[in-house]
Amino acid sequence: MAVQKRVPQKRKQHIAARANKLSPSGIRKFFDLLSSMEGVISLGVGEPDFPTPWHIREAAIESIEQGQTMYTSNSGTPELRKELARHLKTYHGVDYDPMSEILITVGVSEALDLAMRAMIDPGDEVIHPDPSFVAYSSSIILAEGVPAAIPTYEETNFELSATAIEKRITRKTRGILIGFPSNPTGAVMSKQKLTEIAELARKHNLTVFSDEIYGKLVYGVEHTCFASLPGMKEHTILLGGFSKAYAMTGWRIGFAAAPKEIITAMTKIHQYTMMCASTMGQVAALEALKGGQDCVTEMVEEYNRRRLVIVKGLCDIGLSCFEPKGAFYAFPSIKCTGMTSEEFAERLLAEEKVAVVPGSAFGACGEGYVRCCYATALSDIEEALKRMKRFVNKYRVK
Amino acid sequence: MLKNILKILENDARTTPKQISDMTGIPRAEVVKVIKQAWQDRIILKYKAIVNWDKAENEHVFALIEVKLEPEKDVGFDSIAERIYRFPQARSVYLVSGTYDLLVLVLGKNNHEIANFVSQKLSHIDGVKATNTQFVLKRYKEDGEVVEGKEEVKRQPVVL
Repeated sequence: MAVQKRVPQKRKQHIAARANKLSPSGIRKFFDLLSSMEGVISLGVGEPDFPTPWHIREAAIESIEQGQTMYTSNSGTPELRKELARHLKTYHGVDYDPMSEILITVGVSEALDLAMRAMIDPGDEVIHPDPSFVAYSSSIILAEGVPAAIPTYEETNFELSATAIEKRITRKTRGILIGFPSNPTGAVMSKQKLTEIAELARKHNLTVFSDEIYGKLVYGVEHTCFASLPGMKEHTILLGGFSKAYAMTGWRIGFAAAPKEIITAMTKIHQYTMMCASTMGQVAALEALKGGQDCVTEMVEEYNRRRLVIVKGLCDIGLSCFEPKGAFYAFPSIKCTGMTSEEFAERLLAEEKVAVVPGSAFGACGEGYVRCCYATALSDIEEALKRMKRFVNKYRVK
Repeated sequence: MLKNILKILENDARTTPKQISDMTGIPRAEVVKVIKQAWQDRIILKYKAIVNWDKAENEHVFALIEVKLEPEKDVGFDSIAERIYRFPQARSVYLVSGTYDLLVLVLGKNNHEIANFVSQKLSHIDGVKATNTQFVLKRYKEDGEVVEGKEEVKRQPVVL
């Protein structure tokens, strides 16, 4: 009798619908290709190229030496919350009670997630700009909300218009998620345009989730903190963090500031899912606030030099580039090549070893654009521009 | 405008006027003019490299010499300092507050050469009351640059 060989069957894993319905990153293959290549200049990053300033690192090292290695309060250390409240008052003109209206989180990403989960009921709609940071729509979906993307265009500086928002408001609309200065476009909203959105929020009783992680990185314009607009503190969940301004991405320290009831609700979710942000990270963040803002000014000055170089360089190549006034991204149009943004990114990488991120990764309106991060050494930016010029000249549609 | 241009040049003296123009938005011709003026006004003193002589296998010794002065009649510190800084061995000369008056950074081929400089030259100058020589054992950071083991940036190639 023939003995039947038993082939161990691979168990099919059940994955919850919650995870299944998140759109997979369509450019995963592209990233994998990138990490296996050598000699690539990457403009695909989303973080500063400066290491964290030494005085900040030194403070964290000292705290570890002193054995500050225990949990902190769920909300974050009182020292950090107090200093942050002072900072928000001084630099953004908003008044938050450090003990009841501020929550320290694991990066601004966690703050965004908590805000959505604390505010959104299943089926609630949240308006957000398109293109925008990849986590925006996902954070709404994870909270069982429905993202309502509003197109923004290069012609109107990638600003979100109140008129367009109002057209999308339904009975189910719960809030508006904005992130200016913007990743990926570098757009900054003027105070006037924000005021128009504030009026909508008041009129329709909406919550504004304002992600201001790039708030300190603006060039020649002022950043307006949404909560500082008249009457808006009650309507706003201010989301921020230390990653971009202080070159602290790896520390994962962010925060949310909002009216007491909202912070209480967010803290409940935070205490069961995170407990608290890392202790040494909070020590570092405190030092970032207390140790003077000169390091930020210096980094902003350096980004600005690179910004001017990359925008001019892209325009010279013939890739029309909207002038970004914030963050550290340029978002040139690649329409003159006739390629989709994904095609452009893939071929540019393969042929010239320059990595950029396809605009389509950030929403339908990002199609026809690529994101180029200029938080990269000037010599690399110059070399990347040379390579891109060669590439665009080859494929420009006559 | 001048300050912006100087900051860029202080960081990298090889930055061309064209590059500076791209980095600041100031027209190239204007950049050239400002730099020329700064050079004439001795705001820019010199364009030079910071060299790690240890790696160049070049025999050399640095020493920091504290100099106490005794001002003589009609002769101020400035003129004594001048008699010292005119020696090419003196790389930097500072008037300082504290227990001594001048701090002199000297570069020589070897200890012997520096010893000679101190005993044959420096101590003979009128107004020099005492000297205290400290040989440099290791240079960790020079003019803002870490001499060895500079930090490298390690980032993920793509972050959305």
